[in-house]
Amino acid sequence: MLDGIRTYRMISAMWIRSTMTYRASFAMTTLGNFTATAFDFVAILLMFSRVDALGGYALPEIAFLYGLSSVAFGLADLGLGSMERLGRRVRDGTLDTLLVRPAPVLAQMAADQFGLRRLGRVTQGTMVLVYALATVDIDWTPLKLLLMPVMILSGAGIFAAVFIAGAAFQFVAKDASEVQNAFTYGGTTLLQYPPTVFATELVRGVTFVLPLSFVNWLPATYVLGRPIPLGLPDWVAFLSPPVAVACCALAGLAWRAGLRSYRSTGS
Amino acid sequence: MDSGRLYLAVGVGGFRRYATYRAAMVAGIFTNTVFGLILVYTYTALWDERPQLGGYDLAQAVTYVWVGQSLFKTLANGGGGVEGELMERIRTGDIAVDLYRPADLQLWWLAADLGRSSFELLARGVPPFVLGALLFDLALPTDALTWLAFLVAVMLAMLVSFGIRYLVALSAFWLLDGTGVAQMVMFVGWFCSGMILPLNVFPGLLGEIVRALPWSALLQAPADVLLGEGDPLGTYAFQAMWAVLLLAVGRLVQGMATQRVVVQGG
Repeated sequence: MLDGIRTYRMISAMWIRSTMTYRASFAMTTLGNFTATAFDFVAILLMFSRVDALGGYALPEIAFLYGLSSVAFGLADLGLGSMERLGRRVRDGTLDTLLVRPAPVLAQMAADQFGLRRLGRVTQGTMVLVYALATVDIDWTPLKLLLMPVMILSGAGIFAAVFIAGAAFQFVAKDASEVQNAFTYGGTTLLQYPPTVFATELVRGVTFVLPLSFVNWLPATYVLGRPIPLGLPDWVAFLSPPVAVACCALAGLAWRAGLRSYRSTGS
Repeated sequence: MDSGRLYLAVGVGGFRRYATYRAAMVAGIFTNTVFGLILVYTYTALWDERPQLGGYDLAQAVTYVWVGQSLFKTLANGGGGVEGELMERIRTGDIAVDLYRPADLQLWWLAADLGRSSFELLARGVPPFVLGALLFDLALPTDALTWLAFLVAVMLAMLVSFGIRYLVALSAFWLLDGTGVAQMVMFVGWFCSGMILPLNVFPGLLGEIVRALPWSALLQAPADVLLGEGDPLGTYAFQAMWAVLLLAVGRLVQGMATQRVVVQGG
């Protein structure tokens, strides 16, 4: 584990140095990343130029959900976004290079081409979250304050598990890397809207099967003082950390199984 | 007539090439369907608040979602057609080989891209649409003529789409690394083609601007024809105007690029 963290730190530091050699390019791609993610919030603003509420939620409340989802996803994407390149490495045989190095493959893969530009998404999400916190009416308690950082970190953990599980799936599926977009980008898009918008079965699915709703829906509805989705009790709002740990453990097992089953293309 | 056969062969090649990756195709259909579902629910909430928003009723809005997800790959509104490869060839210098060929650069790539988009229309367009129609009430026309009119609009949209992406690719002659431009055009393309929100919902002046831009010829135009909202002939004229304009500018830029091209060696 420590070995993996050290590897990750060294490789990502190397990529950051390499990125910083071309500062103009770095500035442009980060700005691009920022603008790109800003477009879907602009779409939400446009919707609210025509309506006052969506699924019973007003703009500041949706901004709150949006900010939480974007920051949690952005952190996971910053740390592990490179994992989606695994399929390509399996296909062209360059994964073998990573296997012969005396360092954990997961850490090498995650830090490969570490993209600091992905901070653009985190920044955009943070700005929306700050706007939400400034406008939304929350009855703050110490417990709710504590829940804020816990929620963001656990959310990042849950999305990290999705990235790892997605990469593990690519050992089997190779070309089908796009499937994971449905859960990563699709997941964060889903969580940007209130749970009241979606069909109950869908909310159940992302609570009990793929527990994405622990990223923000369950804890955030508690903080906002809204009814918790599916009529669940209040305490589920605090389950995000154990859920995140369990997801990461399962994803780790999937990764191991995937790596064991790997057969090189031999080229 | 020989050159016609040549471009047909290039087009068929493009079609078959994209037909090779079956797993990727299934993965893509799955992803489009998931995004379609998310959009349907948000649009339902939106139209619940404001029925007749943008002149659509709820069934039309839901239909719009599935038209968008189905045409997403075909029209490559966010990029992802042959232009990525063309850019790579310009960057590596392989473009010199293309310029040697006794064929026109623009027509060659247009043929390849039309082959690609025809395949995507059949393979990635039909399944999400059928799934959407099974799961939700769609506002689909009952007469064959409207479907035919829709197909014509899709074909014109393919031309406009290529026109935009060809210009993006040619920028690599000057920038060498076109990733930044491609990224910007991708998100502008999604937003301005109405992938996130139909363009007729955009308010005021912003709405008027986006509806006049070439991207509105991609998704909004065929969708309106299918939903019976737009006059097909007027829509065709708008699309054809942009197609001709973009392809002409592409030809002009291509001329400028090949006049001054210094091929990357190595």
